[in-house]
Amino acid sequence: MKRKTAKMGLFLAFALILSYVESLIPFYFGVPGIKLGLANLAVILALYQYGWKEALLLNVMRVFLSGFLFGNLFMIMYSLAGALSSFFMMNLLKGIKGYSLAGVSMAGGVFHNIGQIVVAYFVTKTAGIIFYLPALLISGILTGLLIGLLAEEIIRHTRKEPMGE
Amino acid sequence: MGLKKNDKYFMILSLTAAASLFLWQRYAKPQEGVMAVVERNGEIIGHYSLDDGQRIVFEEEGYGRNVLMIRDGKAYMEEADCPDKLCVKQKPVEKYGESIICLPHRLVIRITGGEAGDTDAVVGALKLSDEIKPSG
Repeated sequence: MKRKTAKMGLFLAFALILSYVESLIPFYFGVPGIKLGLANLAVILALYQYGWKEALLLNVMRVFLSGFLFGNLFMIMYSLAGALSSFFMMNLLKGIKGYSLAGVSMAGGVFHNIGQIVVAYFVTKTAGIIFYLPALLISGILTGLLIGLLAEEIIRHTRKEPMGE
Repeated sequence: MGLKKNDKYFMILSLTAAASLFLWQRYAKPQEGVMAVVERNGEIIGHYSLDDGQRIVFEEEGYGRNVLMIRDGKAYMEEADCPDKLCVKQKPVEKYGESIICLPHRLVIRITGGEAGDTDAVVGALKLSDEIKPSG
C-alpha cells in the first residue's frame, strides 16, 4: 500500500512534468486546441499498469494541479472536459477485444478534442465552432497514436522491472 | 506497428467523420461562420451565429431594452425603447463589416466572420465611411 502511494505520487509528478514540457512547446497550428497531449502518456500508463480508479484519480489531479500551476480556471474547465471524455472512451475501449494500447490512446485523443469542443460550444454558444472539428479529429488521431506508441515502447522496456505492485 | 483490427476501424471512422464534416462545411454551408457581435460601451457582450434564427433581448440597468432578431441569415433590431428608434429603422445587416448602432443605449451590432471575399467587403465599408465623413 505504501509502495503504491509512492508510485502514484511518482506518476503524478511525471504527469505534471509532461504538462510543463507541453506548456513550453510553442505548438500552434492555427486551430485552437491542437496539442500533443503529453500528459496523457502518464494517464494511459497508469490505466494499463494499475487500473481505471488510479488512472482516473491521476487524470483529475493532474488537470487541477497543472491548471493552477500553468494555466487558469477557464483552462481547467476545458482540460477537465477533454480529460474526462477521453478517459471514459479509453477505459471503455480497453475492455473491448481488438483494441491495442495505441488504438485506445488514439481514441482517447479523438474524444479529448470532441469533449473540449462540446464544452466550447456551450460556453460560447457559437455553432461556428464546429468548423474546428475536422482538424481536431485528425490531430486527435495523430497525437493519440503517437502517445500510444510511446506508451507501448515504455511498457515493453520496463517489463523486466515491473512498475506495478 | 501494433495496430489491431478495431484500431483501424476506429481510425477509418474518425477520418470519415472528419472528411465528411469538412466537405459539408465547405460546400453545403458557404456562409458558415458569419456572426453578429454585440458590444455595449465597446465591450463584447455576446456573439450569435446568423445561421441560427433567434430573438435576443438585451436589457440592462441604465441602458434600456433592445430586441435583436436573427432570421434568414440577417440580423435586425426588432424593437427598442430608445428615444430615436434609429436602430429599429435601420435595414437588416448580413455582410461582413455592416453594423446596427443604437447610440442612446451604447449598443453596437457588428457582422464578423465569413470567408474569402471579406477583404473586399472591409475595403468597401472603409471607402463608404470615408465618403460619408466629409459630407456629414
